[in-house]
Amino acid sequence: MFPFNFEWAWDMSHMVFMGGLWYALSIIGAGMTWCIAKTVIDTMKNEEEHH
Amino acid sequence: MDSALIPKGVKRCPFWQFALFIGIAGLIALWGVYAMFLCWFKALNQTNMNDYYGFALWIWADLAVIALGGGAFFSGFLKYVVGKDELKNIINYAVLIGFICYSSALLILAIDIGQPLRGWFIFWHANVHSMLTEVAFCLSCYFAVLTIEYIPLVLENRQIDKIPFFHNLSHNMHEIMGIFAATGAFLSFFHQGSLGGVAGVLYGRPFAYREGLFIWPWTFFLFTWSAAAYGPCFTLTLTKLIEKITGKKLVKDNVIDLLAKISGWMILTYMVAKLIDTWYWGSVLAPRAGFHFTDFYSNNAFYGQWIVFLELFLGGIVPAIILTNKGMRQNSALLTLAIVLGCIGVCTNRWAMVCQVMAVPVLPFEQWQLYIPSWQEIATTILPVAYGAILIAISYRYLPVFPQERELNPIDGYAPIESENTHSESGELQPAIA
Repeated sequence: MFPFNFEWAWDMSHMVFMGGLWYALSIIGAGMTWCIAKTVIDTMKNEEEHH
Repeated sequence: MDSALIPKGVKRCPFWQFALFIGIAGLIALWGVYAMFLCWFKALNQTNMNDYYGFALWIWADLAVIALGGGAFFSGFLKYVVGKDELKNIINYAVLIGFICYSSALLILAIDIGQPLRGWFIFWHANVHSMLTEVAFCLSCYFAVLTIEYIPLVLENRQIDKIPFFHNLSHNMHEIMGIFAATGAFLSFFHQGSLGGVAGVLYGRPFAYREGLFIWPWTFFLFTWSAAAYGPCFTLTLTKLIEKITGKKLVKDNVIDLLAKISGWMILTYMVAKLIDTWYWGSVLAPRAGFHFTDFYSNNAFYGQWIVFLELFLGGIVPAIILTNKGMRQNSALLTLAIVLGCIGVCTNRWAMVCQVMAVPVLPFEQWQLYIPSWQEIATTILPVAYGAILIAISYRYLPVFPQERELNPIDGYAPIESENTHSESGELQPAIA
């Protein structure tokens, strides 16, 4: 659920619940993004070194 | 036949033996899948749930596997946050067990909701006043974390590891695994707790209702505590089981001893809190609601006081005594007894907090409501067990699940290794080792 959905209300329950969910998802998403981006860079570097 | 996929320096059973095992477990799983489709296509009338038993065998199984799978989050917390580095030798297996437990829990929930196509409603149309919403959020997120923790192990397969991208990805994921493990521990704390909180806030059911701290009933903390305490018992039980099946020592005694000791002290402190909780509930809370302690354990065919004895004494005090005592803990038979009793204890606790809550009569004109699950419920509950056996068998055969296996079981042509690190410091490709 996002704040632009019709069921959304700016109360503590929505902010804590949904904020917690999006916070956790952000950490997981950012972590994986970092891993994949660094892997692409590392792999390209290794390939360049071999050439 | 599949020797190119098996980690170097370890021995595995012949392929036909492996295929036979997978075939037998697969047949059991198919039976469960058939029952699952019956529940989905013919609806929940395939079960013996009714107006009394909205929660039944599935939810017990759900809570039980989540508690038993707690070994993953607690071992991860101990290794990555507390810094117990010895646990690196069992963490892969703990993660694998956690992955199986949590995927099983989600599968059971997908059957239980009746219409899995609407499963996403809980995220989009979330009821922010329900503890179960928080459970669904944390369960899903933590399953994502467990998947992330399991992926590097898959990438360490001998053939996959040869591909530079996957080799680097595995290495990079290992580098920040601490962040994922800490996030997992945080998520686990809340969903384990909220599962207990669901029972504790049932003020109309004196068997389950508890007072607490702010919005959290004491059951919130007891569930989290018990999952952290008993989860490692399940990890150790399955370690002993796989060692028995393979006829090999896979984890060194000092690692087993450390995890068993920590689990023992966790169980001991949990039991102190649980006994105080039980005493206060039986002598203050229940009488305040018009009940005596014995009312909850009499005049029925199943829920006798034996269940308290099994949960608190055999499944709690006995394992706590054995696991906190060095001499007893180092006796293999006693250790096995303690960890098995621990698993039984936590499963009994979850049974009481799910099914006994439903069974106890609340109003004067009510009777005890006993429940026998239908074969479809039983088959779908056995399904995760078969699935777990298959995944463990495949993972053990093709992935370096136990880093100390090669050192503990040297074979001709491969020197035992001291270091369990599968990544070279230089970043060059190394074969996966086990």
